[in-house]
Amino acid sequence: MSAKFKKIIPQLLTLTFVALVFGFFSYNAQLNMENRGISFGYGFLSQESSFDVQFSLIEYDGSHSYFRAYLVGLLNTILVSVIGIIFATVIGVVVGIARLSTNLLINRAAAYYVEFFRNIPLLLQIFFWYFAALRALPLPEDAEPIFGVIFLTIKGLFIPAFVWNNFDIFLYSLLASIIAIIVIRSYSKRLRENEGKHIPVLYISLGLIVGLPLLSFLIGGVTLNFEIPELVQLAKTSFRFNGGLGLPPELIALTLALALYTATFIAECVRAGIQGVSKGQKEAAASIGLTPNQVLKLVIMPQALRIIIPPTTNQYLNLTKNSSLAAAIAYPDLVLVFAGTALMQTGRAIEIVSITMLTYLTLSVSISILMNWYNKKIAIKEK
Amino acid sequence: MKFINITKDNFNNYLYTGVFLIFISIFDVFLNAFFSINFTSFLPSFLSFCLPLIIGFVGLYFIRVEYSGIKNLDLINKNINTNNFNAILTLLIIFIIIKSLPPFLSWFVIDANITGDSKEACTGTGACWTYIKIWLRRFIYGMYPNAEQWRINLSFISLTALGLVGFFATEKYKKYLTLYYVVIYPFISFLFIYFFISGGRIFFDFSYGIIAAAISIILGFFIPNKFKLYYFLIIPITFYILLKYVFFFEEYIELGMIEGLVWVETGAWGGLSLTFIISFFCLIFCFPIGMALALGRRSDFPLIRYICIGFIEFWRGVPLITVLFMSSVMFPMFLPQDVYVDKLVRCIIAISLFEAAYVAEVIRGGLQALPRGQYDAAKSLGMGYWKMHIFVILPQALKLVIPGIANTFLALVKDTPLIFVVGLLEIVGMLNLAKTNPEWLGFAMEGYVFAAIIFWIICYAMSKYSYNLEIKYKTER
Repeated sequence: MSAKFKKIIPQLLTLTFVALVFGFFSYNAQLNMENRGISFGYGFLSQESSFDVQFSLIEYDGSHSYFRAYLVGLLNTILVSVIGIIFATVIGVVVGIARLSTNLLINRAAAYYVEFFRNIPLLLQIFFWYFAALRALPLPEDAEPIFGVIFLTIKGLFIPAFVWNNFDIFLYSLLASIIAIIVIRSYSKRLRENEGKHIPVLYISLGLIVGLPLLSFLIGGVTLNFEIPELVQLAKTSFRFNGGLGLPPELIALTLALALYTATFIAECVRAGIQGVSKGQKEAAASIGLTPNQVLKLVIMPQALRIIIPPTTNQYLNLTKNSSLAAAIAYPDLVLVFAGTALMQTGRAIEIVSITMLTYLTLSVSISILMNWYNKKIAIKEK
Repeated sequence: MKFINITKDNFNNYLYTGVFLIFISIFDVFLNAFFSINFTSFLPSFLSFCLPLIIGFVGLYFIRVEYSGIKNLDLINKNINTNNFNAILTLLIIFIIIKSLPPFLSWFVIDANITGDSKEACTGTGACWTYIKIWLRRFIYGMYPNAEQWRINLSFISLTALGLVGFFATEKYKKYLTLYYVVIYPFISFLFIYFFISGGRIFFDFSYGIIAAAISIILGFFIPNKFKLYYFLIIPITFYILLKYVFFFEEYIELGMIEGLVWVETGAWGGLSLTFIISFFCLIFCFPIGMALALGRRSDFPLIRYICIGFIEFWRGVPLITVLFMSSVMFPMFLPQDVYVDKLVRCIIAISLFEAAYVAEVIRGGLQALPRGQYDAAKSLGMGYWKMHIFVILPQALKLVIPGIANTFLALVKDTPLIFVVGLLEIVGMLNLAKTNPEWLGFAMEGYVFAAIIFWIICYAMSKYSYNLEIKYKTER
């Protein structure tokens, strides 16, 4: 038996096995669907969905198509993930730094926080916030305003809504300032490397990012008003808030649970990253005369970030995937709207579950490709 | 801020004032929290609110000295009082703890009820532990019939006992432990859970199993080492088949001469015992699958490598809840019409495959961390692929990835509540069911706190154990 033959046989066997399994499955699926009288296909996506969704970012009701329902679910998933990621990052970084504090109490408190929240299943935390903690909030008519404009009630959180005029001009000004900052940064870098001159980039950038949008208010005709939520009596005992931005309690519970849970993992990543930079680096930087601020900015952070960012991105991905637990408390995310309601109505299990999985798969694969690219870019280039 | 310069020489002048001020500030908060007495109510509300903080801050400033020679003072200064910022944080944390203690204690212990056996017994403003007490059986055993619950107890106790064998094994038998834990123990547990907890007349198969195992183990001592592996692979099963189909007859049961156990369908299983069953089996299954995938991903055969990569990335890219959805609505479509796979089995397969992908990535990390020299050395000794991996590579790689594996297993245990998707109710699912019982409305908090405590204990114990393992193997290297 030649070596080449030896190499091909196991591969061929594996391939045959995989092909057989797939063939068996698809043969059965075909048979089953024939028996139930449904044909495989994605045509149903354009049919009228005829179900309502409680909370959606885009205009949607029962007369829209299933594809629109899919978009509603996807956008809700993205919304809760983005809010969750922001909060988780803030809490995680604070706790991670607190874990390294020289103050014993702070240190312990942060450690207890991490140990506590990460050893309790996320689903249990979501249920706790939704069914136990948020149910203890006051009814809309009894709610005490926070700062006079925010209302936290059992029906959700009501905050003032922004009413923009000429919002696009404001957006353009913001975009222009960001582009200007990037140009100035690269210019200053070149200047520093070639001629050794320093430009106060930070102040210029700050001025730009505040100044240009401000200018758009003054001469661009951009105005911003707040619409404050008002209590309206519908019936004798039924109250609700009109106007403003209403965030449903499902969203709040989910965000809280996701942020508090994921923050523990991010905190550990941050701690590991900062501890991963060797002490010698800090001392060497200090001994060549850098100020403590410069040491942090030029020596510690670039090296710590290299350790922190990959696992943290992983946690972001986990948070996004975990947001699918929303289905348990009826927050209309992708899984609930599409893999739940739409599946029940159409009975197209294979198509819908495959689309749902493919969506999550696309999301995570694209993020991991991005991260691999970033990893390669920041990796230490050894000579 | 250096209005007073405190050094080693003059710190005695300020020490007592400082300690007194700190004491006053903490005492004030204490009285405020426990007895709601406010000494400073005559002040404006904001000032009255901040006063303990200010007094305490000044007190901490007074006792802050670089080196005093007094052991406790130096310890305090070094740990919680290094500078102004730390002093404020310290005070804030102490105050928050003192402030949150009374409501916490009153809810948990002082105003809580545990006596009685109906909702009316809960008269206090605190937690109603009566609810937990009444529902405890359901939370632990799910819908499993009360009269049959001894079967679960007995199985779990014997399985724990069998699991602890490793700690008592003498040197002579240590080498068989891996075989025991990887092959025999899972097999025995499967027998227990399938035949004993599930029950039915099939229980008598189980007794054949015990007899077969016992006889073959006794005979096993007289078999030369060389054939032991083959012996244990073949003989017990042969015995079993002989016992079942040749020596005994199932007719005994049908004739009513022996009574079997009541069959309990998996739909009735639930509660904490189901959490354990699912975690246990997924843990057993996902480890070898993950190991195979990790090796496949590093294989020299491109086709196998790509299949493994595709498999791993697929499972890692989707949330578990969609996997369970798939197992409950899509998987039955893939099977022939007359084949029905039990919900619990589907669930265990889905979770095992899902976690196996994560285990594979962890193990791959360990394989990659091993220096190339280990592979080269093993090859130069003339070892083949399997020998090299089993005796040289994997033992070292697995030691390296203990923390990662432990984290994956922790995630697995924490993921078990998700099985509510397929309609199985483990402890969190049972809580949600109990919560909607019209006679016991409004006790969601107690239930969730109870479950949280249980899960916390399990997960914390697991993480501590893995930490100990890690330390143990680190020193051995």
